[in-house]
Amino acid sequence: MGLGAPMATVSGEDIQLDIGHVMISVGGREGHAVGINGTVPGPVIRLKEGQKVRLAVSNSLGEESSIHWHGLLLPFQMDGVPGVSFPGIGAGKTFNYEFPVRQSGTYWYHSHSGMQEAMGMYGAIVIDPAGPDPVAYDREHVIILADWSFLHPHMILRKLKAQGGYFNMQRQTLSGLIAGKDQSAADRRMWAKMRMDPTDISDVTGSTYHYLVNGHDSTANWTGLFAPGERVRLRIINASAMTNFNVRIPGLPMTVVAADGQNVQPVEIDEFQIAIAETYDVIVEPKGDEAYGLIAEAIDRSGQVRATLAPRLGMVAPIPPIRERPLLTMKDMGMGDMDMSGGGMAGMDHSKMSGGDTAGMDMSGSAMPAMDMSGGSMKMRDPSVAPQVKLGPGVATLSPMPIDRTGERPTGLEKVDHRVLTYHDLKSLTPNSDARVPSRELDIHLTANMERYMWSFDGEKFSDNTTPIPFRLGERVRVNLINDTMMPHPIHLHGHFFEVVTGNPGHYPMKHTVNVLPGGKVSFDLTADGLGDWAFHCHMLLHMMAGMFRVVTVRREEDAA
Amino acid sequence: MKTILLAAVTAFALPVPAMAQSDTQSMPGMDMGQKPVPPKEQAAPPIPAPTGKTDDAMPGMDMGQPGDTSIGAAPAPAPPDDHAADALFDPAKMARARAALRQENGAFSGSMVRFDLAELQVRNGSDGYRWEGEGWFGGDIDRLVIRSKGEGSFGQRIEKVEVQALYSRAISPFWNVQVGLRHDIVPNPSRTYAVVGIEGIAPYWLHSTGQVFLSNKGELLARIEGSYDERITQRLILQPRAELDLSAQDVPASGIGSGLSSFELGARLRYEIRREFAPYIGVEWSRKASGTARYSRLRGEDPSAVNFVGGVRFWF
Repeated sequence: MGLGAPMATVSGEDIQLDIGHVMISVGGREGHAVGINGTVPGPVIRLKEGQKVRLAVSNSLGEESSIHWHGLLLPFQMDGVPGVSFPGIGAGKTFNYEFPVRQSGTYWYHSHSGMQEAMGMYGAIVIDPAGPDPVAYDREHVIILADWSFLHPHMILRKLKAQGGYFNMQRQTLSGLIAGKDQSAADRRMWAKMRMDPTDISDVTGSTYHYLVNGHDSTANWTGLFAPGERVRLRIINASAMTNFNVRIPGLPMTVVAADGQNVQPVEIDEFQIAIAETYDVIVEPKGDEAYGLIAEAIDRSGQVRATLAPRLGMVAPIPPIRERPLLTMKDMGMGDMDMSGGGMAGMDHSKMSGGDTAGMDMSGSAMPAMDMSGGSMKMRDPSVAPQVKLGPGVATLSPMPIDRTGERPTGLEKVDHRVLTYHDLKSLTPNSDARVPSRELDIHLTANMERYMWSFDGEKFSDNTTPIPFRLGERVRVNLINDTMMPHPIHLHGHFFEVVTGNPGHYPMKHTVNVLPGGKVSFDLTADGLGDWAFHCHMLLHMMAGMFRVVTVRREEDAA
Repeated sequence: MKTILLAAVTAFALPVPAMAQSDTQSMPGMDMGQKPVPPKEQAAPPIPAPTGKTDDAMPGMDMGQPGDTSIGAAPAPAPPDDHAADALFDPAKMARARAALRQENGAFSGSMVRFDLAELQVRNGSDGYRWEGEGWFGGDIDRLVIRSKGEGSFGQRIEKVEVQALYSRAISPFWNVQVGLRHDIVPNPSRTYAVVGIEGIAPYWLHSTGQVFLSNKGELLARIEGSYDERITQRLILQPRAELDLSAQDVPASGIGSGLSSFELGARLRYEIRREFAPYIGVEWSRKASGTARYSRLRGEDPSAVNFVGGVRFWF
């Protein structure tokens, strides 16, 4: 069997979208979802750079709704965040979005109200460039990755508040220890002493989630067709609520040509990790008359989903067995680059993190004000490393030595034996347009307590601090995101693209969402050119709902109070 | 404030009333008067920024990538106290939406009821039953906690029923301080105590509770409880438990001797069919110590007992 039905497409200057309840079928079971124009995902919105578009969005739910156009540059009041950009779309109401289309590329849209996004309210936006496309291709497919649970997302949050590890069914066990799996007994003791769990990769896992491609699970076998020899452009979007994916097509290299809708210098790889809300465009050139499996694997390896690329419907490729669940390391605790030249953490005796051990540490390029090297211990909650963080019960740890990990392979792909994309591989196709050196610098800490399931910026939940983060219009600022947690956080700034400071000055990738690896640090340079108020948040939906959200405001200097 | 509104309105060239949400209105005049292209060329920067990569490094500011040594130290602007969207939409509607947004992003309020022990005890002599549970209601930091424990033997009057009502406040990542009242409904004469305690997770994932009780008769008691979950498999969990009861004085009416009055060691093996529902079996050794043991013998009871237990741990 193969499912070849493409998603519906809407285009033109006047587009009608209807938000409503729909029933979807996943794994042979019917579930209640929130869809757009009767489907999950909603229709592909196809636009052309330079056009104007009016989107009449009607809400037939019994509750407020909204649509946010993720990655689009538009006037702030069209951005679709209730309570920031507009009042929301009340039950039974219609809101008319209207804006000029200023860009091209692969984007997406989703609800910014309640938990609707986790219940299926998302879809793709594809914008063709006004001029010739620098990317040559014969055919394209939109691939929307998502997670789906029959458990209501509010129930998921409630269970996590009751028990932080509720959905983790891949913990270390005594039987695993006896079988020689995972950490050594000494490492387990050290992690337990710190009350940390190296298997805490994802909050919500395949124990409740079904993973979907374009609304379908693996058995439906969603299939994208190609003729052998064609250049096929895949527009891959991660519309999940809580799942980062590893994406690969065994036997078929992928050439990444765009990230977050922005063209990058083509780079050929075999696998990449796509964080929630990111988009990647890749070119594949299947030569043979055979099927290929596009495998999207949840990064905690608790589940996966495949789509098929094939010359005809009804073909399948083998689904590879799911790979072993990764374990977090000291680096993920923000203890810096402790990797010895000897090769890996496995042999290290972490229980003696003192004196001689530290001599071999790679300190280059890391700021390490807080490390008490002489004392021999690395404190996991030393206020001096992050004076701006409000240290309450919601902050379990502070990374003592966060490092730039944008050149590293992401969690779980460190050792796979093929080419894996890193942020350093992403080089903007065109030179960055703003060559100014930032006039100031801003640190923002990503903070959490997994046990209490509290998530915040700088130790304060949005509900406890609604003060906006202010920028002057046109100002150029370096923003440093410091991850004090052991989880990756896809951080999204609305209404802007920022340049992720990688190793390629002048060709930094332009992104709207950047994944900050555990214990790591990401810097981006922002030209604050979007006048108005914008949402800024972690795109792990439940992290946002738990408080990892702020408002960013861009004002003219003379307007400042 | 007024000038900000005015500025925002002119900036967007939008008639304010037309922006109110309704069934059919469209958004006129969306051209912001800016070039419809992403590159960042508008509005001269208010702060003169250094151009290019110079070497005029700011002392102590070398936080960036190699080469970016000239990041400025301009002060951040003051956060405004108005809201951009108020200039374009009904401010009352915006205020409601902001309140909802604030509530939605972090202001958690919930509840949980959990019975760690709900079991039958096979004893030497008369078989009995025992429960120990708690419920919490509230947010991340402040909670009302109701705890209850009790036990009895079949065919006899219930032996012990204790209820606590506590205000619980998270004071650190892993610890809550709790104050409130404890009332022992049984045995008679009943007692009411003021309670101060601490509860949380100690290093090595030890779930720990320590409480001090001051009764309405002036008696001072204390209790320390601890448990640990040893995961044998993902669902099969061995839980050792310990409880120590202490008393500052003899309490003849309750049969409690001063010092360590009793302790209890147990191990329960549960299988989590669901996280919320886990049948278990186990064994428990309880021992009354010193003075309490003496009172116990006076009543003709054995101060030491080994019980086999079976029950269900559940929460919702």
